[in-house]
Formats: sequence, C-alpha cells, structure tokens
Amino acid sequence: MASVATAFPTGLMPLRLKLQEVRTAAGDGADEIDMVINRGVFLAGDHDRVFDEIAATKEACGTAHLKVILETGELQTYDNVRLASEIAMRAGADFIKTSTGKISPAATMPVTLVMFEAIRDFFYETGIRIGMKPAGGIRTAKQALAYLVMLKETLGDDWLTPDLFRFGASTLLNDVLMQIVKTVDGNYQGPDYFSLP
Amino acid sequence: MTARKKSQRSELVIVERDGAINHRPAAIPPNQRKLTFGDRWSYAPAPEASDYIKIGPRYQLFIGGKFVAPRSGKYFDSINPATEEKLAEIADANAHDVDLAVSSARRAYNGTWKKMSGRERGKYLYRIARLIQEKSRELAVLETMDGGKTIKESRDIDLPLVAAHFFYYAGWADKLEYAFPGRTPHSLGVAGQIIPWNFPLLMAAWKLAPALACGNTCVLKPAETTSITAMHLAEIFQHAELPDGVVNIITGAGATGKAIVDHPNIDKIAFTGSTSVGKLLTQAVAGTKKKLTLELGGKAANIIFEDAPIDQAVEGIISGIYFNQGHVCCAGSRLFVQEGIFATVIRKLRDRIATLRVGNPLDKNTDIGAINSRMQLDKICELVDSGLKQGAKLVQPRLRLPAKGYWYPPSFFTGVTASHRIAQEEIFGPVLSVMTFRTPEEAIERANNTPYGLSAGVWTDKGSKIFKIVNKLRAGVVWANTYNKFDPTSPFGGYKESGFGREGGVHGLLPYLTLN
Repeated sequence: MASVATAFPTGLMPLRLKLQEVRTAAGDGADEIDMVINRGVFLAGDHDRVFDEIAATKEACGTAHLKVILETGELQTYDNVRLASEIAMRAGADFIKTSTGKISPAATMPVTLVMFEAIRDFFYETGIRIGMKPAGGIRTAKQALAYLVMLKETLGDDWLTPDLFRFGASTLLNDVLMQIVKTVDGNYQGPDYFSLP
Repeated sequence: MTARKKSQRSELVIVERDGAINHRPAAIPPNQRKLTFGDRWSYAPAPEASDYIKIGPRYQLFIGGKFVAPRSGKYFDSINPATEEKLAEIADANAHDVDLAVSSARRAYNGTWKKMSGRERGKYLYRIARLIQEKSRELAVLETMDGGKTIKESRDIDLPLVAAHFFYYAGWADKLEYAFPGRTPHSLGVAGQIIPWNFPLLMAAWKLAPALACGNTCVLKPAETTSITAMHLAEIFQHAELPDGVVNIITGAGATGKAIVDHPNIDKIAFTGSTSVGKLLTQAVAGTKKKLTLELGGKAANIIFEDAPIDQAVEGIISGIYFNQGHVCCAGSRLFVQEGIFATVIRKLRDRIATLRVGNPLDKNTDIGAINSRMQLDKICELVDSGLKQGAKLVQPRLRLPAKGYWYPPSFFTGVTASHRIAQEEIFGPVLSVMTFRTPEEAIERANNTPYGLSAGVWTDKGSKIFKIVNKLRAGVVWANTYNKFDPTSPFGGYKESGFGREGGVHGLLPYLTLN
C-alpha cells in the first residue's frame, strides 16, 4: 500500500512538517511512500539541499520503500531529469517516478528513457537495481507496450517485473480491459463500458 | 553531497519483509553486474504485408518509353538475399542494347527535352514525385525484398528521401538561371549513370532528378543485384507520360556498365560505387569529351569525446555503422573514443548490440537485415578474419540466424591499430573498428589518416569544440552530435579518394550543367 506524503503535489511546506507527514504515513502502515522533490530548490541550483531532503525522507520512512517523484514536466530539460535521477538514487530512492500527474507534460518516452539510462549506469556503478515508474499521459495499451519495449531494450529482462517497473495510470486500465475483452469476443466496447471517467 | 549522508547511505540496513513487497536486494558484486537481454516477453512476428506485391517474372529493358527485350536474349536471376529465393529474371543488356538506349536518349534530348521550358520539365518531375509518394509502401516492400534492407528503413528513410529529391529538383527546373548569378547554365546532353546496390531507388533519384531538372536525358544502369525497383520506377515514368527516351533504364552487370562508359555519344558519366571501379572509370574517360563525377567509398571517423552525451552518442554510433547493415559509403566505421570513457563506451556498445534484432527484413521489428549478396558476405568475413589474425578482439552477440539467406551479426573490434586492414579498408558491413585517443589533435590527425574523405562524425556537448574540430576534418560531410542525416537540400560528396562532385542542393546541379 502506497501513500503520498511531503505535501504532495507541490512540496511547499517546511521540511520538518513534511518529515512528520512521512513518519505518520509509515507509522499508519504504508509500505511505500511517494515523495516529491523540491523543484524550486533544484532549479535554483542547490542540489545538495535536494539530496539532503531526500535522504532525510528516506530516514523517516523507516522500513517503507521510498518513491521519489521528480516532476519532470517542471524540470524541463533532459540534463535536469538526468541529474535529478542521479541525486534521488544516491540519496536513497527505491523507485524514481516521473510525475505527480497534476501537471502537463507528465511522463514522455524521452524522459523515461533518460531515467532508464540513469538507472542503468547506477546499477553498473553500485550493483543496486532501482525501480522506475512513468506516471501520467499513458492512456492506451499500445503506448504502454511502447514503454515496455523501451524498458526491455534499455535495462533488459530483469526489470520486467512490478518490483522494478510500474505504470502510474488510471485511464490505462480501461484500455487494457477493452483490449483483453476484444481478444475474447472480437468486439471493441466503448471506453465508458468498463468504468466512468 | 555531504559526507555525512553518504556514509549513512552505506550503513542502511535492508530489511527483508516476509511475503510483502520485495525490498531492494543487496548490492550485486561488480563482476556479476550484467544486464540480461533474453527471451522474456519476446516480440511476436510483425510482418509487413507483401502478398499484394506483383514481381516479375521477367523484366525487360526500358528504352524509348517502352519495355523491350534485350538484343542479347540473355537474362539473369535476381534473388531475395534473405531467403535466397529467385524473385525474377532481369534482362542482360549488351553493347548493342546500350547503343539503342543512348540513341534513344539523344533523340529525346534533341527532339523534345532540350527544347522544353524549365517549367514544363518541372511539371513532369513533380508528377513523378507524387506518383512515387503514392506507391511508397509498395516500392519500400520491393526494395526490401530485392536488396535485403529492413522494411523500417526502406519505408521510413529511403522512400521519403526518394520522393523528396524529385520534389526538390522539380523546383529547380525553372530557376536554373538564378542558381549561379551572372552565369548562364546549359544542359550537357546525354548522361550515363551507374548506381550501386545499397540504396537502389535513392541512388536512382540522386542521379535522375538533378539530371532531368537541368534538361539532360539519361541512360541509367542499376546494380545487378538490385534492379527490380528501378524497373518499377520505369513504370512510374510511363504512367507520368514522361516523353519517350528521356529516361532509359538498362540492366546488366559490369560489362553493361563498361559499354555505357565507353559509348562515344554520351556527354556525362556519373558513378556511385567502389573506389577501385571509380579509378578504372577515371582512366576510361580520360582524354574523352565526357564529364565525370564520382561518389566512392569511405572509412569515416566517428569521434566521441569525454564531454559527449554518452548514451545519446552510443545511439548515434550504433546507427552510424549498423544502419543499412553497414552498406553505407559514409558509415561511421572507425570509432575513436577518448581514453577516459573507453570502458564506459565499450560496455554500452556491448549492451546495445545485444538488443539489435537480426532477421527477416520484412518484419517491422528487425533492425539489421540481410547482407546484399554472397559476394559481399564473403568480403565481410574475409576482412573480419584479417582483423582476428592481426590481433584485434572481436565482440559479437551470439545469435540464432536463419539457415537460408546472407546474415552477419552486428559486431565491433577493440584493440585495433591504424595498420590493421580493418582500420584501413572499407568493410561495407555491420563491423565497427574501435580505437582510442587522448587529445583532440591526435583524434583529428588519426581521423584524417586515410585515403578516403567522405564523411565524419563528432560527439561532444561543447559547441566551441565542434566548430574547431569540424573545420580540420578532411571530409565532405561532417555530422556533429548526429549521424547519417540526409536531405535533398544538402550537398553530399567526398574529398580525396572518396570522389569528386556533389549530389544534393544547388551544388548538385553543377555536375549536369555547363556555365557560360
């Protein structure tokens, strides 16, 4: 069971209150904590502080896993996404995640590829496998397959497991169900057939 | 990053919780850190439809707007290099057939094409370009079946560029007097054009489009292993009602090419192919009235600096050598890696070639198709053997290749020195020779240390370095932070033994005009 914390989605609260939120969520039984990085601080160039905040959050998680949301749409450049990924992994992230889903653009193929490449280099450097979660903007099974192909060809078969890769998506489920039902009875239902938006 | 946090990280205890979410496993020791590119979630076949394609069974010569049987009465087989199955019979033109074609081109030049306004010539070219676009998918499938290149490439790269060249030069047909201010251009007459098998339709477009736009008529000889798409192009010329004889397509092998080169009634010879044949051609036309342009081989240097965006550079290096199975004159076949990043680049290259898919060129997921012919495959194997004998180390994925057809896996050599044959001779296959360097001056010197001078690549994030180095590389086409990018507006051609003359852009008009 995963919970967001750290003043999701903006992260605009004093650090001590964000850590309090994390400890509370973990204490209440969350297995995973989704945090957001401080984008203002990152873009202002204070990367040490970004690192320290992630490390402190990891400490507050206790035994819960930590997912670090980079909010790549606000970071804008691929160099920033790469740097933020490196900082997050070194500071204790178990998963790095693209977006909160509250702004656009959310996950894109190029941004996801940059994060896969960061995870790959980190694995060769430390032997630790970090997970990745693209979130937002993935609406169809076809798009999801494209991401999975990119994952398989960048990080390889070992990452093809929910322990290391998950989609952050809600509408996607409807499309997947629609495709599955179509393979069974040969007809496409409408998108509202499975659940209302 | 403060030291305090780093040490806290390494002391972190990983607690395994029973049954629930799997915590991150303990760090894997260095010698076991490997990525697995295996069969998990393998891809289903994704064949491009080819059942509607009509091939052959026999193709005649295209002379004077009609398909006519060869005087020789002889035909040779064209096979699909992926299956070794016969596709069709191709006419084998002899010197008499060549003479008929040249006469037809001369009649068309004097009677029709020379007198036609540029605007009217342009209309034919626009019509041809549109017809090519309409038939793009069919032509792409044919190109893949006849030559072995992947459908991904023929569909997405070759065919769009073919149409683009005809569109581009159609636009020049009525603007020639503005191309060279102060000079008056005149067409040359009849052009004899000989093209290779690596980009059959694209090379035909590179030759025909500018020649026709400039008011010349043509006798074109496609390569003997890839003649089928040229004959379908001939059908398009008929459909476009191009005046008879403006383009003549003569199929055959070396002897047919020689007959074209030696024919006295040709004003211009344009050749794309190997440097050795280019040298023979230069001798053959020496002392004649014939103008000549040559686009020959290359052994391009692809230079990656420490400050390059390495993951992206690796993608560019991979496409630079494995695009079109390495059957590219401008392929980045010599990789120069700055020493500090050598281990990283080799590791990334090794991982990347493990994901490249070799197989049925008509499958949309295939990255590397078939080698064009048995002869070319033998050449590749011979050079690879020489590399092993001379002491270089070969890295190659272990692949299950189809029993029939001509295949070579994507490979690279490390431990290569400048004296090795694999560092000097054009392999024309999916084989990369990797060398290292320390300083930019060394990289430039070693990059230029080749009789060829067609193309080169530079990978660095530093803009000032790009400008400085690019100016010192002796190559006709230099790519920075990219590779194998083509455009009809951009002149393409080499220095030194890679030939002379340019194709594409306003420079591409020069081979087909005299300027007063």
